[in-house]
Amino acid sequence: MSRRPAPEPLLWMLFSSGGMVVALMVPILFFLFGIAFPLDLLSPPDHSHVFAILRNPFTRLVLFGLCALALFHWAHRFRFTLYDGLQLKRYAVPIVVLCYGGAVVGTVIAAAVLLTV
Amino acid sequence: MSTYQRPLALFWWLERRSYLLFVLRELSCVFVAWFVVYLLLLVNAISDGATSYEDFLDWSGQWWVVAINVIAMLFILLHAITWFGLAPRAMVIRLRGRRLPPTQVVAAHYLAWLVLSAIVAWLVLR
Amino acid sequence: MADEITLEVARYRPELESEPVMQSYQVPLREHWAVLDGLSYIKDHLDGTLSFRWSCRMGVCGSCGMTVNGEPQLSCATFLTDYAPGPVRVEPLRNFPVIRDLVIDIDDFMTKLPKVKPWLVREVHSPVEEGEYLQTPEELDEYKQFSMCINCMLCYSACPVYSLEPEFIGPAAIALAQRYNLDSRDEGAEERREILSSPEGIWACTFVGECSAACPKGVDPAGAIQRYKLTAATQSIKDLLMPRSRR
Repeated sequence: MSRRPAPEPLLWMLFSSGGMVVALMVPILFFLFGIAFPLDLLSPPDHSHVFAILRNPFTRLVLFGLCALALFHWAHRFRFTLYDGLQLKRYAVPIVVLCYGGAVVGTVIAAAVLLTV
Repeated sequence: MSTYQRPLALFWWLERRSYLLFVLRELSCVFVAWFVVYLLLLVNAISDGATSYEDFLDWSGQWWVVAINVIAMLFILLHAITWFGLAPRAMVIRLRGRRLPPTQVVAAHYLAWLVLSAIVAWLVLR
Repeated sequence: MADEITLEVARYRPELESEPVMQSYQVPLREHWAVLDGLSYIKDHLDGTLSFRWSCRMGVCGSCGMTVNGEPQLSCATFLTDYAPGPVRVEPLRNFPVIRDLVIDIDDFMTKLPKVKPWLVREVHSPVEEGEYLQTPEELDEYKQFSMCINCMLCYSACPVYSLEPEFIGPAAIALAQRYNLDSRDEGAEERREILSSPEGIWACTFVGECSAACPKGVDPAGAIQRYKLTAATQSIKDLLMPRSRR
């Protein structure tokens, strides 16, 4: 008797790794580029510097991994927020498509943006 | 036998502080998604050249973007803090046969957070 | 300290009403009295028609779970003086159908519990003459916390997922499954896997954590569930990468 591999364990692993990676890396990144630099709390690095960091393939690989995992983290958590928070489990099929489909689309966009730096 | 079932409120999570905190924690994922969007906009701006980058910095300085980002920052911190508090309960880590107490596992997470943040900050700000 | 305290107790008599009504009683405020003692006083002296469950009155039988001032509690473990000057609101344990007054229908839990096979599953059960199964203190520590469960169901009452999805097998059932999965004498982890990994099993849980907060015995069912999520997920990946042949 062989069972078709259930998606839940894999989706949970993505959610879980995404959550860890986000918790470790997003606070500093978002603080710098979302608050400190726009408000001039810290002087923003000049273009040549950030461009040099960004061009590094390792940076882009890390950022891609971060974006992909963060998106699947969002997808899984948002799905259950809709199920439990707004009691929309009866719309499970469109919700699953919206969430994980959205994550897939976002990952593809992230790949495109990071590849064409 | 006619039993009584207490009806469940639509916004059941408004009825208890712990439930509300839970839902806020879950909603932090929306701001995680916003971070990804923001990051990709930033990367796009950087790769389009110095003027694009400057324009992005100007745009991100507008009051409404700052407002969203401040709220997002609070939610992202909520995510990180609740994550580090909960993660140790999912993992049993053994060192030399003895089980690591949860406080040490939490501390290790915060240490990793600090080190990674320092590395990123140094990379970006030097 | 005042002489008396008011207990506002939910009454539900299906032959009389379609939903619970609150009834107030004045009971003595004695220093060592629990809510259960207050209820017993009501039944003995004020209103013999009040129905409620209790047994050991010392927090080990799991019979007296109720909602006290909105929180799932063992009525034998909540003390009247902690609620002074009152009033104290006593309602049946939430998330369960109410049969009468403070008595709830626990059939759902009783059907779910055997599904996780909460007993030692072994290929061969050694006869008694061969002696005991030996277990080191470290092996005992692996599952001891989860063995503290008294089936009081306060965790089910606290769990929002259970209130939203009645098919969820629930915190105590999963914690008890883990109690046996992690027991060195047990060989039944594979047999429990299907029910635990089903959509009504661990994957319905979103780690709200209220179950562990409500547990009067420190079982930490939330921790048990998250640990099993990790176990099940790593097992799934192993299965994917190295498909095991099944008999």
